[in-house]
Amino acid sequence: MPADAKRRVLSRFPNITSFLRYAAICVVALGVFAVVLLAAGKEPLKAYADTFHYTLANAYGFSELVVRMIPLLLTAVAVALPSRLGLINVGGEGQLYMGAWLASAGALLLPGLPVWVLLPLVTVLGFAGGAAWAAIPGLLRANKLVNETISTLLLNYVAPLIVSFFIFGPWRSAESSAYPQSAAFPDAARLPSFFNTRIHAGLFLALAALIFYWVLMDRTRWGVQMRAIGGNPEAALRLGIPVGAYVVIALAIGGGIAGLAGMGEVSGIHGRLRQGLSPGYGFTGFLISWLAGGRPLGIVLMSFLFAIITSAGDILQITQGLPYAVVNILLALLLFIVLGRNTARRTRRVHRDGSAG
Amino acid sequence: MSNTPGSPLIEARQIDKRYGSVQANDKVDFTLQSGEVHALLGENGAGKSTLLKILYGFTRPDSGSIVINGKPTELRSPRDARRLGIGMVFQNFMLIPALSVSENVALFLADLPAVVRRGQVAKRLRPFAERFGLSVDPSALVRQLSVGDLQKVEILKLLLAEARVLILDEPTKVLAPHEVEALFRVFEALKTEGYAILFITHKLREVIACADRITVMRQGRVAGELTRGDADGETLVAMMFGTQVTDSPSGRTAQPPAKRVGTQGLLELRSACTRPSANTTGLRDINLVIEEKEIVGVAGVSGNGQKELGDLILGLQPLSSGRKLLFGDDASRWTIGHIRESGVAFVPEDPLVMAAVPGMSVRENLVLGTGRQYWKGAAVDWHRVEADMAGSFQKLDFPIPRLDPPIGALSGGNLQRVVIAREMAKDPRLIVALYPTRGLDVHSAASVRSLLRRARDAGGGVLLISEDLEELSEMSDRLLVMYGGAVVGEFAHGAWQMGAVGHLMTGSREVPGAG
Repeated sequence: MPADAKRRVLSRFPNITSFLRYAAICVVALGVFAVVLLAAGKEPLKAYADTFHYTLANAYGFSELVVRMIPLLLTAVAVALPSRLGLINVGGEGQLYMGAWLASAGALLLPGLPVWVLLPLVTVLGFAGGAAWAAIPGLLRANKLVNETISTLLLNYVAPLIVSFFIFGPWRSAESSAYPQSAAFPDAARLPSFFNTRIHAGLFLALAALIFYWVLMDRTRWGVQMRAIGGNPEAALRLGIPVGAYVVIALAIGGGIAGLAGMGEVSGIHGRLRQGLSPGYGFTGFLISWLAGGRPLGIVLMSFLFAIITSAGDILQITQGLPYAVVNILLALLLFIVLGRNTARRTRRVHRDGSAG
Repeated sequence: MSNTPGSPLIEARQIDKRYGSVQANDKVDFTLQSGEVHALLGENGAGKSTLLKILYGFTRPDSGSIVINGKPTELRSPRDARRLGIGMVFQNFMLIPALSVSENVALFLADLPAVVRRGQVAKRLRPFAERFGLSVDPSALVRQLSVGDLQKVEILKLLLAEARVLILDEPTKVLAPHEVEALFRVFEALKTEGYAILFITHKLREVIACADRITVMRQGRVAGELTRGDADGETLVAMMFGTQVTDSPSGRTAQPPAKRVGTQGLLELRSACTRPSANTTGLRDINLVIEEKEIVGVAGVSGNGQKELGDLILGLQPLSSGRKLLFGDDASRWTIGHIRESGVAFVPEDPLVMAAVPGMSVRENLVLGTGRQYWKGAAVDWHRVEADMAGSFQKLDFPIPRLDPPIGALSGGNLQRVVIAREMAKDPRLIVALYPTRGLDVHSAASVRSLLRRARDAGGGVLLISEDLEELSEMSDRLLVMYGGAVVGEFAHGAWQMGAVGHLMTGSREVPGAG
């Protein structure tokens, strides 16, 4: 097939082309990572085979992938939604912790409530915790005081300390004094799990968040206005769109969705509040949203891929004796390739426009 | 570099430069002698900046030749120009805020050594600073300097890089009056040592105060050249605006406005002031009434508060004192959305930046800024949007564009038409139009003008801000002139003389009693 015709055929299926493109990127990244593994004296093929065996080829492994995807989907939407307004929310991690914290407060302080009251309440509190935390940078940004990128990033370092304060202090469980964590949640505050796996009802929250995000942005009048803010903030302001209010609300909704991820972790997985309840889900969610370009389907695919990669960290630790951090090399490689491609494309465009003009 | 009198430092002959359909420079002849301060005067779009860019090697002329020091030269880039001793100070200073004065100067040196010794740069700076009154603390960080000092650093940079010709693009625009005086003293000192200075300005008073020679440009051509002594306000204004418009306005066909009795003021500004900032002019004590059935024109060189006046009415610029009334109600604190929904239409000067979201489709752009008119529950009633907008396009006699492509893909004229159609769809009672025909072809410009007239005849009020004096004199029922953020003149219909308007626009005459 001549190249031109091929391009024409492919351009009719933009989803397929972008899927192929990402597949190619992954192959390149895995290839380079193989060299890293070789240099460390390991067998890359065996490492990849192990990863495949313990994740995709195995029911339990697969269920664990889904468990990992839940917070990743939520934190990715938490970044994607504000990004449509041109806002850069790097604070998913902190928002996740604050969601977990406020949800825990509900579960621990109101243990007597029946499940049909307590569980929805804990969910709402999880959302509210993240939303309030993200509203702070929102307000600062809307009043032109501090850029939201900086403030969301910095608040990431505060939120885990608040959680630590409570689990070392007022909420510390008496039964396990050696290990700082809260008491176990009452059953009425636990998200149900399915099929004897750790997959919990947070999955529905994550899918609902994705659908909400898509409908809000593509189907509502608010979405039109928010995308206008992202596309040209000055015009949006001049056209009478209340930009400041939207900035606060969008960041708060994003933060609330990240808060749901935190709530899912404490209520669906751990059953109590403890330190280190997120191995950087908030940051990974940022990468996912960014690599997916904020597209809902892309977020699902990227979350799946990142769930595999982070699982690979655990697997390589056990089977190959490599530190978990080794998967960060793989993540960094992926990022580099995507970044490099985008930069190259942009530079080419600048050169072309420059010579034309 | 030889300075034999009579042979000019720079001589440009028959320079032609065309941008699309605009002839920016049309057979321009220009000379610059050593030891002179030469002012380049003209309206916006007269071709001054193009000529400067050509002399600095930034732009290459379509035809014509440039002779420097008696040698025919081709300037391919600013580097060529700098090598020949030509330096330029741009309107936006090219300095690095985080570095010190001496570091900024060192960066510009042709012989920048691998290890920069700041003390040495400072030592090289000192004699220039003393000789020309350019003293700036070499160790101060650039971001801490005042605008006047920034300009000194720019000039020092050029002097240390051994420039003999200094080109300055509107150097006084950003300066306070005392800084302007200081700058002119620097010019004096430089020219006695044989430097040549070429600068652009809009302000007649400055030209008369400090230029040895003045070249006036109009519509891409040299309209005349004067030497000190021959130049007075009258002659310069006549040259800038052309003699054909100094007569009373022509081409007006509409009926004079109806009697003012009983009409309601659509817009009223009472002693309105706004705070100036780094890039906005403060409005000073504006009193303005727009009534039904009238077009009020605002003349002025851009940057004298017209944009701020539009932004004040829109609600983007807050009042620092005074009041704003719309349709009889106090609108001083209304939000932009409220003002737009109350029946004010805005046609901005730069639609792509101010009124459109380039990445969104034409259809989506058409619904932006329409307030809650097309809300249907949580969604938008797209059918009604399309029907209403199609009607608006038809009424304006504009072709209906395709609705699916992103609006950023439209040409400038088509984009302007979409914005105007959207604004007119709500049957506004007051239209604020900034440079509405800029960038439109003749036919579209005519249809925009007839639209404004029709809106006026149907009982609306129009505030028309423009730089095109012919357009203003053809359209306006009343004409205001802005200078330095204040209304410096007001003329009733038929009572204006373009000469007087030109004087007021360029600040060469104080506020007249009339008005």
